[in-house]
Amino acid sequence: MQRHLISAADLTRDDAVLILDTAEEMARVADRPIKKLPTLRGRTVVNLFFEDSTRTRISFEAAEKRLSADVINFTAKGSSVSKGESLKDTAQTLEAMGVDAVVIRHGASGAPYRLATSGWIDAAVINAGDGTHQHPTQALLDAFTMRRRLVGRDAGVGQDLSGKRITIVGDVLHSRVARSNVDLLHTLGAEVTLVAPPTLVPVGVETWPCEISYDLDTTLSKSDAVMMLRVQRERMNAAFFPTEREYSRRYGLDGDRMAKMPEHAIVMHPGPMVRGMEITAEVADSDRCTVVEQVANGVSIRMAVLYLLLGGNEPAVTHTRPPVSHHHPSNERSAHTISADEEK
Amino acid sequence: MSKILIRGAKVLGGEPQDVLIDGRTIAEVGVGLGAEGAEVVEAEGKVLLPGLVDLHTHLREPGREDSETVLTGTRAAAAGGYTAVFAMANTFPVADTAGVVEQVYRLGQEHGYCDVQPIGAVTVGLEGKKLAELGAMHESAAGVTVFSDDGKCVDDAVIMRRALEYVKAFGGVVAQHAQEPRLTEGAQMNEGIVSAELGLGGWPAVAEESIIARDVLLAEHVSSRVHICHLSTAGSVEIVRWAKSRGIDVTAEVTPHHLLLTDELVRTYDPVYKVNPPLRTERDVMALREALADGTIDIVATDHAPHPHEDKDCEWAAAAMGMVGLETALSVVQQTMVETGLLDWAGVADRMSFKPALIGRAAGHGRPVSAGEPANLTLLDTAYRGPVDPAGFASRSRNTPYEGRELPGRVTHTWLRGKATLVDGKLA
Repeated sequence: MQRHLISAADLTRDDAVLILDTAEEMARVADRPIKKLPTLRGRTVVNLFFEDSTRTRISFEAAEKRLSADVINFTAKGSSVSKGESLKDTAQTLEAMGVDAVVIRHGASGAPYRLATSGWIDAAVINAGDGTHQHPTQALLDAFTMRRRLVGRDAGVGQDLSGKRITIVGDVLHSRVARSNVDLLHTLGAEVTLVAPPTLVPVGVETWPCEISYDLDTTLSKSDAVMMLRVQRERMNAAFFPTEREYSRRYGLDGDRMAKMPEHAIVMHPGPMVRGMEITAEVADSDRCTVVEQVANGVSIRMAVLYLLLGGNEPAVTHTRPPVSHHHPSNERSAHTISADEEK
Repeated sequence: MSKILIRGAKVLGGEPQDVLIDGRTIAEVGVGLGAEGAEVVEAEGKVLLPGLVDLHTHLREPGREDSETVLTGTRAAAAGGYTAVFAMANTFPVADTAGVVEQVYRLGQEHGYCDVQPIGAVTVGLEGKKLAELGAMHESAAGVTVFSDDGKCVDDAVIMRRALEYVKAFGGVVAQHAQEPRLTEGAQMNEGIVSAELGLGGWPAVAEESIIARDVLLAEHVSSRVHICHLSTAGSVEIVRWAKSRGIDVTAEVTPHHLLLTDELVRTYDPVYKVNPPLRTERDVMALREALADGTIDIVATDHAPHPHEDKDCEWAAAAMGMVGLETALSVVQQTMVETGLLDWAGVADRMSFKPALIGRAAGHGRPVSAGEPANLTLLDTAYRGPVDPAGFASRSRNTPYEGRELPGRVTHTWLRGKATLVDGKLA
């Protein structure tokens, strides 16, 4: 693994499986009375959110706190950013305060990449969603959820998603979730089909490692998981589709369509759902829908990512802070998993 | 003024000859000219070209003197081998009145590094609604003949038609920034494989091509001439080729960066590669080179677009569009056109001096290197190889996509009407 997590496309199969396996270890912490590890004690993580995102920020914050990191939350609204401060100055200001990692959500595609590569700061950068580019921890938590449901919680450890057929439906054009998922699921051996009206598929999609379909009904029976993407109502005004009703009829998932899916197949959604638009309440509230599970898994995945990027080279119980090392230590690490002892 | 003898230069890349400058004009061209009373410039192995003419420069003054001024911009021009530049109208205030164009013109004359020929706005405030006083700008001391809303497209077909017709009265030309605005809302880069991956808003080729197609048909309909700014796609080349075959009076320019760079560079998210029109694909680059070689594209124009550091040292979406180009243009053309065998130096002189002067009606520029002509000359060391160092730029801005890149060729001398503006690579 690299020092930063910018794009799901940067992960090798082994990187990704390691993160999923580590997340399984982390998930056990959530089952304990005291949901905390000392791994990142004395390390500071800033959540730098230039875009509103309650669920992703809270998920990262929960992950950071469970790893005992010191957490700084920075939201652009009401901050110096709204007074015209640049991304560069904001980042340098935060780093001057001694930040080890920056979790960044930004409306501009590529902003986390710029932060990681421009020489502005030295901290590790974790992309929490940039524009319409990438959202790698979302893809990881989605893969984690699929592996648990489709392979098994214990049986899945060490495994990828070879041969699983995943259908992603909705506004692919504007979706960083779709891009991240296509990259990661392909790396993990899954077969991905994107389903959307042609207006919501980007020009240039032909090089993506996936199939494209304009017809939802024919793909459902061949899907092990169907992921519904949020479709913003405003898209209608830019003529991406005629009306909300027509979109729902052609690309929404309702009970009848869900019935066409194989018995074992699951329904996923990155949230927040627009009920009545891309998904009906009947589907959203069914046992096959993993939305709430995905949220819980998000915390485990983000713990795993933070652990591997920041603390993975030292035992989780270290009491003194080691010298700050900014290069990624995965190649120095002897054991990839956390022993029961370290989890105290 | 004194005499200068340029000795042993390959005039337009041909056999070595001596060129004697007397005052403001070329007195004699031949072999073994006497050096009596003349300052001698040894030019053995170097190529002598007519002073370059740039039909598309942003000098930023008035209004954005933090990025460039007429002084710094014309010094950059001299350093790049230019003796005349056409200054685009998108200043603050916009060059849409006789007052503003005269100011820019006079600044160029006062500084004396390079003639500045202002371009007038087509419409008031570049807003595309109402024709600016084109005739008044033409009749002013600046003598404007080229009109452009560059940076914005004259997208209203009626306004474009009227502008094309109106300037015929005084031999003017409208230079169109071809960009269909609705198709490029939120556009950040070329629309294609790379934009799909990077999640950056696409600037489709069709947004350029559809306007060019419309405008050549309008030019044909009203029997006017039209010039296409910074043509960037293979499809645009086909349309212009078709128009020319039909006898339509259209000319077109290509920038150096569109001859060399592709949208693959945007993967770095480094805004130094952000430019309008955007960097396109390898296929487009090859089509543009071919078109420049076969004359479908008439000229190279820099679209020199200086921006202050802070407007590029940021995330992609927040960055300004544009690259500086005056000081690297000839090197890029040498690499992409000469060293590939597509053009010889006479061809370079045609595309970078003769033709742009002709399109813009720049009197005294783009003339042959022969006796009696104004001594506007550029001497180039074609054997030079070295990395581009923006710290050495005369331009006030440093937003070059070529930093650290090795490019061939270096302008060593520039003469504007016999006066040296660049000597041994240093501004006079």
